[in-house]
Amino acid sequence: MTRHVVVVGAGPAGLAAADAALGAGARVTLVDEAEQPGGQYHRMLPEAYAAARPERLHHGWRAFDARRRRVLAHPRCVWWSETAVWALERPDPAEPGPPRVHVLRGPSDGGGRDRHVLHPDALVLAVGAHDRVLPFPGWELPGVFTAGAAQALAKGERVVVGDQVVVAGSGPFLLPVAASLIEAGSRVREVLEASTPATLARGWGRRPWELAAQAGKAAELAEYSALLARHRVPYRTGRTVIEARGDGCVEEVVTARLRADWSVVQGSERTVAVDAVCVSHGFSPQLELPLAAGCALRATPAGEFVEVDGDQRTTCPDVYAAGEITGIAGAPAARVEGALAGWLAAGGDRNTVAVRRLRSSRDQGRAFAARLARAHPIGAGWSGWLRPETVVCRCEETDYATVCRAATDESTSAPRAAKLATRAGLGPCQARMCGPTVAEIGARLRGPGVDSRDIAGLPAPGDDDHTIAGLPPASEHRRPIARPIRLGDLAATPETTATTPETTATSPSNSLTEESSS
Amino acid sequence: MSPRRIPAATDAVERRETPLTITVDGEPVDGIEGQSIAGVLLASGRRAWRTGRSGAPRGVFCGIGACFDCLVTVGPERDVRACRRRARDGDEVRTQARGEER
Ligand SMILES: Cc1cc2nc3c(=O)[nH]c(=O)nc-3n(C[C@H](O)[C@H](O)[C@H](O)COP(=O)(O)OP(=O)(O)OC[C@H]3O[C@@H](n4cnc5c(N)ncnc54)[C@H](O)[C@@H]3O)c2cc1C
Ligand code: FES
Repeated sequence: MTRHVVVVGAGPAGLAAADAALGAGARVTLVDEAEQPGGQYHRMLPEAYAAARPERLHHGWRAFDARRRRVLAHPRCVWWSETAVWALERPDPAEPGPPRVHVLRGPSDGGGRDRHVLHPDALVLAVGAHDRVLPFPGWELPGVFTAGAAQALAKGERVVVGDQVVVAGSGPFLLPVAASLIEAGSRVREVLEASTPATLARGWGRRPWELAAQAGKAAELAEYSALLARHRVPYRTGRTVIEARGDGCVEEVVTARLRADWSVVQGSERTVAVDAVCVSHGFSPQLELPLAAGCALRATPAGEFVEVDGDQRTTCPDVYAAGEITGIAGAPAARVEGALAGWLAAGGDRNTVAVRRLRSSRDQGRAFAARLARAHPIGAGWSGWLRPETVVCRCEETDYATVCRAATDESTSAPRAAKLATRAGLGPCQARMCGPTVAEIGARLRGPGVDSRDIAGLPAPGDDDHTIAGLPPASEHRRPIARPIRLGDLAATPETTATTPETTATSPSNSLTEESSS
Repeated sequence: MSPRRIPAATDAVERRETPLTITVDGEPVDGIEGQSIAGVLLASGRRAWRTGRSGAPRGVFCGIGACFDCLVTVGPERDVRACRRRARDGDEVRTQARGEER
């Protein structure tokens, strides 16, 4: 029997997973909310743009383009674009297997989208991450964007967010964002990396051979640095944006020098006139689907990620995870994890030379992720930027003082009670933006001794104080509805889809190789 | 003049522009085929089109559908993420205020 593998997400990880699963002989249904594959890294221009030279915005375009065409044209592949997975339904204990996949097909947030249910033999989750941004006074002003937003608009629509821009936060992602803005004609005033030189050296300087293994990434970063130098854009370390000001939209930012713990060096403040500011303090993995499937998480210094074993298997039978939901290590690492997950989910041989090579490459990717986390840790002193009235939850406009009050008042310090008391996390984004921040502030104020696993959202077995009978443990990532669905559509009967692409002759495939950059 | 679209004539990717027009609270706004509603609004110089609970202005923040700051009403549908919805010629877009919800 040919196995049916459903791959959620067609970014670097998901596309590699689909390719490898097809190579191993499976039928594949590849779904993504976007209209085109590529994810965040290979964000494609709309077809209507009819771009003659799309490769000018991409690294490794040729290899990506070849893979995209191979996967989408494969006779055993069904490609569902504009398809959002909004729920995973865990199997009946009597009939174990991977969860059922509930999807909506059609324009985002539209009414009357088609509902379908997929029944895979194995599921690969490759849904990626979004920017994490720490709050600061004025971060809710229009003109303050996440770095990812600026990147998505420049790469995906050819829209630039401003003429005079500061890019700030932490991590190597600031560089491609600055590069895109320069390419698009903005004046980038400066790029500010909050990590201090000592922290950066400690993170990146040790074991340089691990970095060499990610050669593609190193070359890419060197190219961005050269571009910044050519355009005389200062790259400063140990400095960040601590405030955005303006009347109705951002007009200037206040930057300041930081100590290693990200506390502000008093007197080092400077004001820069801007019409846009792009910020990113790392990434938050999109964990709602892994949690809905019942996958265990793993706590790391960089936050929580899906726990996977040496074969990219999660703790749920026949559910695999790949890419940025298992750790932040960039597109090359996401591709390797995807290839491994797809091949094994399809029932491919675990012991071939190619699989061994992928595993070792994946291990290098994990080592790279660990170094990235070490070089760009979020310093605990960042909350010194906040004032009592600073907005922490963007949706509900809950301020810092309210979050602090709830965390220190016994009656409201448990995560669920804190949510109800402050409304933080109850707005439209369902804590996607403020969740990690509120959890961190709460954990710090409650102090050591309180079981922070529950606060951070991990299951706290036996911790009755924080668990309500019959409810799963509180988690900032737990959202029963992963993507918005209109009530009318929820009431409609879904179509159950076997999605049987004709099982035609297996075409020989060389898909179990890493996509090399070109 | 702040956010804007790179003119097709000087765009390194050598693209084409097929114009479209949407209305925003009844006012016509020009964009091109393929843009998101957020992209059309930004490129027309609008940085804010929604107000939060306090009445404070909001527009695009995350750009990829995670923050829900960019919500608009499109035709009869409220709460559409403008950054995730492709603009169609003739779309009637209305701005939303968080205060008036529920
Ligand atoms: C906005 C943004 C821009 C970025 N740009 C760059 C860049 O230019 N250069 C760089 O080096 N790194 C960039 N990154 C980092 C990037 O996340 C990784 O390098 C890489 O893209 C990760 O690959 P992935 O396959 O794990 O996830 P992604 O590339 O994020 O792919 C995940 C895919 O899953 C889909 N998806 C998610 N949830 C669902 C659902 N419920 N239903 C259906 N589909 C779903 C998404 O639409 C997406 O296509 C960016 C990150 C962000 C957030
Ligand atoms: S800008 Fe965040 S959802 Fe649209």
